[in-house]
Amino acid sequence: MAVLLIAEMSGSDLAADATAKALTAAKAMGGDVHILVAGEGCAGAAEAAAKLDGAARVLCADARAFAHSLAEPIADLVVSLAGAYEHIVAPATVQGKNVCPRIAALLDVMVITDISEVKGPDTFVRPIYAGNAFQEVTSADAKKVVTVRTSTFEVAGAQAAAPVEAVAAPADTGLSSWVEDTVAASDRPELTSAKVIVSGGRAIGSKENFAIIEKVADKLGAAIGASRAAVDSGYAPNDWQVGQTGKVVAPDLYIAIGISGAIQHLAGMKDSKVIVAINKDEEAPIFQVADYGLVADLFDAVPELEEKLG
Amino acid sequence: MKVLVPVKRVIDYNVKVRVKADGSGVDLANVKMSMNPFDEIAVEEAIRLREAGHATEIVAVSIGVRQAQETLRTALAMGADRAILIEAAATVETDIEPLAVAKLLAKVVADEAPGLVLMGKQAIDNDMNATGQMLSALLGWAQATYASKLEIEDGAAVVTREVDGGLQTIRVKTPAVVTVDLRLNEPRYASLPNIMKAKKKPLDVKTPADYGVDVSPRLSIRTVTEPPVRQAGVKVGSVDELVEKLRNEAGVI
Ligand SMILES: Cc1cc2nc3c(=O)[nH]c(=O)nc-3n(C[C@H](O)[C@H](O)[C@H](O)COP(=O)(O)OP(=O)(O)OC[C@H]3O[C@@H](n4cnc5c(N)ncnc54)[C@H](O)[C@@H]3O)c2cc1C
Ligand SMILES: Nc1ncnc2c1ncn2[C@@H]1O[C@H](COP(=O)(O)O)[C@@H](O)[C@H]1O
Repeated sequence: MAVLLIAEMSGSDLAADATAKALTAAKAMGGDVHILVAGEGCAGAAEAAAKLDGAARVLCADARAFAHSLAEPIADLVVSLAGAYEHIVAPATVQGKNVCPRIAALLDVMVITDISEVKGPDTFVRPIYAGNAFQEVTSADAKKVVTVRTSTFEVAGAQAAAPVEAVAAPADTGLSSWVEDTVAASDRPELTSAKVIVSGGRAIGSKENFAIIEKVADKLGAAIGASRAAVDSGYAPNDWQVGQTGKVVAPDLYIAIGISGAIQHLAGMKDSKVIVAINKDEEAPIFQVADYGLVADLFDAVPELEEKLG
Repeated sequence: MKVLVPVKRVIDYNVKVRVKADGSGVDLANVKMSMNPFDEIAVEEAIRLREAGHATEIVAVSIGVRQAQETLRTALAMGADRAILIEAAATVETDIEPLAVAKLLAKVVADEAPGLVLMGKQAIDNDMNATGQMLSALLGWAQATYASKLEIEDGAAVVTREVDGGLQTIRVKTPAVVTVDLRLNEPRYASLPNIMKAKKKPLDVKTPADYGVDVSPRLSIRTVTEPPVRQAGVKVGSVDELVEKLRNEAGVI
């Protein structure tokens, strides 16, 4: 049987990076992969999805009810299509995490969230306890509803476009309605696909001070991250949070500045290839995972770093 | 309106987790257990709703071992009015899966008819992030996950959600399930007098059989392993040395 991959959407556009990473996991589950693109005015997104390597077919559900990726209409749509599939997969993004458990419950199966490895069609590895342990689980359910930790899968490549077909939307029950999005526009790379991330913690001290992090990030073409303490204190927006309950990232280079290295933060970044820590406390736990540690006051070291990056 | 708050007893978030040598799970013997941090935020929000005149009664529910009573007493000490324990596991090693928890909670909802279920977005032990969405599906209700702001209207709740790109605000018809995120509020500590008072608040004990729910797991855990330990690297003496190493040794800039 086939695999249905729910595409990640950014408005009416395809969020290609997350979708293409989840596609790599979906391909490992066995069977043809069909990608479901649900949105309003999403024909372009469907065409983009059709060119991801490994997509056998794209199902395009174009309706107003799908415009903001609300869980209830998308779950009803997926359930209406589920008969033909053994696996239903989505990236473990907020959209995927929001809708997949709902789909699973409607199908009376247990959801398998945030997998980091596909061991077989019914067996998966997933982190627990903030990534301090990994469990390998086998599902006894007839259908597997799975979300995929994107930081551990490669992006699927490109192919000649697969066929796109329209699918009908079930009637919208209208349980939820969208009010507004507050999204800060930025030209920076996205946290979850960036090669370099510069992250600031509580020690940055204010929203204004985050400018010193931004300057370093600009020099490196990096995305900006933050600890929970920095977000809670209002220095950084919520979508910058890295960690157990924020974003999980694995860039080539992660620079943690004024971050102590609590397990909940490490959970989101310890798979980075190279970790740099700048902290004035030489005992800070972040140094236990850092490849390069600099014990220094960030207000001296970070401007100097920016300057020396040329 | 009545508010139902499911609270889970989990390993305390400060405890260093150790995987058992036989790979069967995580060592939970003699470790400190606490209320799941997100559930504290849910209890706090329920209390604030009562203080604002929206909630009339707060019922806390926990599913698991008998000791989960302690977690319920904490919820009662914070301000919940009464509690229900569904004793579904004989040992702490048995974690009841979100699907089974959601089925039990759906039965409790049928009995109690709350206007809102407020729960954590995620349990920090199994990191499933699923139960609220599952419960909402089983009830055929609206769901609003990852709430960082909640306003009650007539017949609806307006919820600001923490999403990947920033914030999204939605309006959900009530009754609804709302799962809470870190920044919704800062939970209060229970005062000593309230801890004493909580001992006298009603706590019902039930079993899954009372609700006719089968809690046997759908997922079998084959092994639990520790992730590879990351070796600490070197300390550099200066920014110059750092830049040099990143450029020439690591080749990442
Ligand atoms: C349920 C739950 C979920 C959580 N989820 C997350 C999550 O997803 N992500 C996350 O990050 N956290 C999360 N946390 C919070 C986590 O436990 C820590 O509290 C948080 O990561 C600490 O942030 P911090 O390192 O910025 O602050 P602190 O721990 O206060 O560390 C600040 C660091 O800055 C250093 N410092 C101070 N001044 C300077 C200076 N001038 N120059 C250089 N260094 C300086 C200090 O030595 C210290 O090490 C969660 C907690 C809970 C309970
Ligand atoms: N055994 C349980 N007892 C009570 N509430 C639970 C239980 N398991 C999960 N929950 C609730 O569901 C939320 C999400 O848990 P999970 O889906 O396991 O990550 C928790 O924050 C609790 O509010």
